Amino acid sequence: MQSFDIKRVTKSKGFSAFTAALLAIFLGLVFGFIIMFAASPENSLSGFQMVLFGGMGRLGDVFYFATPILMTGLAVGFAFKMGLFNIGASGQYTMGMFFALYVGFMWDLPAGIHWVAAIIAGMVGGLLWGLIPGIFKALLNVNEVITSIMFNYIGMYLVDMLIQGNAKMYISTKTRTAYLPDSVQLPALGIANSSVNVSIIIAIIIAVILFIVLNKTTFGYELKATGFNKHASAYAGMNGKRNIILTMAIAGAMAGFGGAFAILAPSTILGSSMTYEPINVIAANGFNGIAVALLGNSSPVGIIFSALFISYIQRGGTLASLFGFKPEIIDVVIAVIIYFSAFAMFMNTVVVKLFKKHKKEEV
Amino acid sequence: MEDYIIEMLHITKEFPGIIANDDITLKLRKGEIHALLGENGAGKSTLMSVLFGLYQAENGEIKKNGNVVKINNPNDANDLGIGMVHQHFKLVEIFTVLENIILGIEPNKLGFLQRKKAREKIIMLSEQYGLKVDPDALIENISVGMQQRVEILKMLYRDNEILIFDEPTAVLTPQEIDELMEIMRGFAKEGKSILFITHKLNEIIAVADRCTVLRKGKLIGTVDIKDTTKEELSRMMVGRDVLLKVDKKDSKPGNVVLSIKNVTVPSKTHRNNAVKNVSFDVRTGEIVCLAGIDGNGQTEFIQALTGLEKMSGGRITLCGRDITKASIRTRSKAGMSHIPEDRQKHGLILDYTLEQNLVLERYWQPEFQTCNFIKDREVRYYAEKLIEQYDVRSGQGPVTTVRSMSGGNQQKAILAREIDKDHELLIAVQPTRGLDVGAIEYIHKQLVARRDAGKAVLLMSLELEEVMNVSDRILVMYEGEIVGEFDPKSVTVQELGLYMSGAKRQMAKEIEHAVI
Repeated sequence: MQSFDIKRVTKSKGFSAFTAALLAIFLGLVFGFIIMFAASPENSLSGFQMVLFGGMGRLGDVFYFATPILMTGLAVGFAFKMGLFNIGASGQYTMGMFFALYVGFMWDLPAGIHWVAAIIAGMVGGLLWGLIPGIFKALLNVNEVITSIMFNYIGMYLVDMLIQGNAKMYISTKTRTAYLPDSVQLPALGIANSSVNVSIIIAIIIAVILFIVLNKTTFGYELKATGFNKHASAYAGMNGKRNIILTMAIAGAMAGFGGAFAILAPSTILGSSMTYEPINVIAANGFNGIAVALLGNSSPVGIIFSALFISYIQRGGTLASLFGFKPEIIDVVIAVIIYFSAFAMFMNTVVVKLFKKHKKEEV
Repeated sequence: MEDYIIEMLHITKEFPGIIANDDITLKLRKGEIHALLGENGAGKSTLMSVLFGLYQAENGEIKKNGNVVKINNPNDANDLGIGMVHQHFKLVEIFTVLENIILGIEPNKLGFLQRKKAREKIIMLSEQYGLKVDPDALIENISVGMQQRVEILKMLYRDNEILIFDEPTAVLTPQEIDELMEIMRGFAKEGKSILFITHKLNEIIAVADRCTVLRKGKLIGTVDIKDTTKEELSRMMVGRDVLLKVDKKDSKPGNVVLSIKNVTVPSKTHRNNAVKNVSFDVRTGEIVCLAGIDGNGQTEFIQALTGLEKMSGGRITLCGRDITKASIRTRSKAGMSHIPEDRQKHGLILDYTLEQNLVLERYWQPEFQTCNFIKDREVRYYAEKLIEQYDVRSGQGPVTTVRSMSGGNQQKAILAREIDKDHELLIAVQPTRGLDVGAIEYIHKQLVARRDAGKAVLLMSLELEEVMNVSDRILVMYEGEIVGEFDPKSVTVQELGLYMSGAKRQMAKEIEHAVI
């Protein structure tokens, strides 16, 4: 029988990434507190307490808001495993929303199938928007960062234009889309006052599937090999072009799912729904995905936890406004925490060094 | 008591996990050529870096003319008259020789460069030591040998009297090596002291007065060259007897495996073709060696042959199949194995484990996957088999990250992978570069074993000793063309050197004749 060996666990790669993430989060929290203290010393303690523990009372919302950033996190992280920086998750996310909205409004399908079709449509939308930069990269060697940034704008303006031009989807007096039919809204999980729905479960299942693809399949083997060393993967006869296109398409599909999950979520108010406002703003959830992916070390399983964490901190931050903190200050604090969290990779090396030093002293 | 110009006493330098120098003492006499011999990783470069101020030793002291000195950086070293020619030259390609030499200590008046005085000094030094360097030539236009002389002039210009040469002959032709030896003797005669890092025994015997041998970070001893032999030195360096000659029977070439017809490859760096109209055959049971000085089109040729780069003309046939336009995977399936020139860039994925790297060319075969799911257990069995068979050493066996393995064992892993894969042709590109004598011996044996097993072997090498020892047939490449074909038994190193440097070439007819 193999006994549980603590040393083996602490030595593993996953462990050092995990401790690094924790350390990064801790430092982020310290700096976040310093900023709150500077803004309003007398309220800083109670406000900070809210940031830390406020999410506890709203676990439903934590899961609900984690879903879209979990998906955009996967969109960034999966591509990053191949060495591609998919900064276009926002555009893919927006396209996903539009495709889901289109199926929601324009197709008449029976309940139970309608929302499934809308989710799949959203995935297809994101997939297309990831596919195009992938093709540019593979065939013409155009940097995917540039193309995908441009496609954020193209996607956003295109969607805004298409929605404003569609009378069935758009209510011009309210500058937002109409309420979606019930049949296309995702089944709620039944937590009071929360929009949390079945999509968080789907998202986690997708993340686990991606984890298996990355670690158990020949495609995952090729993908990571290319990410680590594209010269060696070419030398080994891997089809780099095909893999780039496939990876970007899958990454886009993830963000597309995210967009669909966000827009199809059920509303807590009876007879309404989530709406899209075509106001020429790039979806922030796409960029949050970068932070999620960084904090999760681009591992699909890590991304599940980092999405939940960031969502949790954001919920707590919103509640801190009860203590007179302006929303802007709270945004800054959250940004600082996320920013430091993104140092996880750097922390990784620090932790490894600390452990080694410690070990030496033991000897 | 003897007069030493430099004494390095009890130097100890540690890196995380390894003691690079362990209590090493080296004493340099004034006016001598002192060789520093050792395998790769023996600590030669570390020791010289300590002397040159690039590293600080944890223990020990350095004395100059009997006085303790502290060398914290290369500027301190320079102030003490210590200069170094690095293995990879530190020159600005688009500057002239003169500009490179004065770089860092530019003579100026009110900020305006005073070239005239500098030029006079450079010409004077160049003549004094017979360096024959044109001060106004651009670095990018002169040969590697000339560039090295610019590095030497840099030291002389700074009035250095202790000159460190880090493996200076690795990039030179035999003729250039002879000239360098002559220059070094001239320096010694003028009273300059020379430290000369190398692992080539012939050169030490030829030029050095004394030799200090390091092995695995420890000092083995310092010997007078006139009292020792090559065999003795190699035993000190490796710690056991080494076969300096490769033991092999005569080759029995059979059918043509690889046929190259009029292959032309464009260059990436200039307008001319890197490989021009090259044709030759490789047969079963022979080792054909592509020799030449670095940068004469061998790399481009191999990349075109293996499918890493495109060629602009010609035809390649492998086992009767036209593979001119085939993908790398197709070439691999057709029977091509390739030990790449740059093992870390092309040969391995350093962040993958050893077992993942061992199946790099085979993971897609039914043996290792079902429905695109990799069979972890089969991979592990296979890796364990190869590791044992080829004696690949690593910290944690199959799950070791390849990055943490030594260069020799990384190369053994590649060798194991390429030999164990089904192949008719083995292309080995500088398979022993940067390896120590023991590993070289092993790899040469394996190449000969492949040949004896009836495979065709195409070897590309820059090391003349390897070319002469291992191959059954030598093709010399110069400026992208095959300029000569030789039998290693009936040609001398000097003769090869003339062809490699472009001084001589066989007529196309002669070459064709030699093929038959």
